[in-house]
Amino acid sequence: MKVAITAISGSMDSQLEQRFGRAEFFIIADLESGEYEVIDNKAASETGGAGIQAGQTIINSGVVALITGNVGPNSMRVLNSGNIKMFRGQKDTIEKNIELYKEGKLEEIVDSVASHFGMR
Amino acid sequence: MKIAVLSGKGGTGKTTISASLAYSVENSQYIDCDVEEPNGNIFLKASFSEEEIVNVLVPRVNKDKCDGCGICAEVCQFNAIAVVNKDVLIFDEICHSCGACVIGCPQNAMYEVKRPLGVINSNSSHTFMQGKLNLNEPLTVPIINRLKDKMNKHGVVILDSAPGASCTVINTIEDCDYCILVTEPTPFGLHDLNIAVQLVQKIKLPFGVIINKAMDSDQTIQEYCANNNIEVLLELPYLKEIAKNYSKGILPVQFDSKWKEEFRKLFKKIEGSIS
Repeated sequence: MKVAITAISGSMDSQLEQRFGRAEFFIIADLESGEYEVIDNKAASETGGAGIQAGQTIINSGVVALITGNVGPNSMRVLNSGNIKMFRGQKDTIEKNIELYKEGKLEEIVDSVASHFGMR
Repeated sequence: MKIAVLSGKGGTGKTTISASLAYSVENSQYIDCDVEEPNGNIFLKASFSEEEIVNVLVPRVNKDKCDGCGICAEVCQFNAIAVVNKDVLIFDEICHSCGACVIGCPQNAMYEVKRPLGVINSNSSHTFMQGKLNLNEPLTVPIINRLKDKMNKHGVVILDSAPGASCTVINTIEDCDYCILVTEPTPFGLHDLNIAVQLVQKIKLPFGVIINKAMDSDQTIQEYCANNNIEVLLELPYLKEIAKNYSKGILPVQFDSKWKEEFRKLFKKIEGSIS
């Protein structure tokens, strides 16, 4: 089972990125093997529709869940369609957030924030 | 002759200047291109007899033909489409109506439908026209393009632009004969004037500056213009009389014939400089 986490840099000791669509990196972690893969989020530098493209990337990566800070309305529509569960990560490392997810300690995200929330 | 009025900074007096010019130049046409907040009619008080809906095209999917390949999402340069579990999700407000998804679809499953974006209002003589974008819509350019299609091809046309130096402004000014840059003697007024100057220089349009709310105690704009070899066309002083009338929807040219004369002279000056 794999999960995606938004990250400031491309390693397990990176801090969690609070924004989803504009996150520089997605870390795709395999919970069983402990292996991980880093994906550059091409949407981060797009002028518009970043959340939609980022959502598509997450769905194509084959994960079951996403750990991030906030999710906007367009991303949420894409992720919900793909049945991706979303969880609010804590201001800590990627490694720590995976641990918390495994222990069931992260809150599920059910409501989106306003569009362009992360740019304010 | 098409004269565009822009400013950089908002609230410097674009509408005051463009409406005053339209009011003073006989048989001119005024076009409010500030489609997010058209306000020229507060002063010019035209009665609208025509309304045209401006539509844009957005894609839809024929589910019987679609096989969920995802090419439509890949070719979309605006990220307006996602394909999830063979289901095509379309985000209308992000779509720029380029039609790439329709052309790219190998199954011929995509087609376009009209989506209303805003309206164009005009009076019966077409001396006044304004574009008005619907609430929550981000795309201004299709409405400005439609305004420009409908604009008089001969005679004097005055285009009241949106603030800033974005696509909306560029679209308004790009094929004009002259630009009036309206500013005010404040640090923000100067800062944004400089951006507007760079814009018109880049597009290579002749231009001049009007200083609104001008005062003797602050000569920063005059100094900037002198240093950069830019003509100051007119100064509208910072006067209680002007502000008071403005607050009632009355332009300087409507309460004092002296100002009407000044705006006629301004027009002659612009006409002379481009012919």
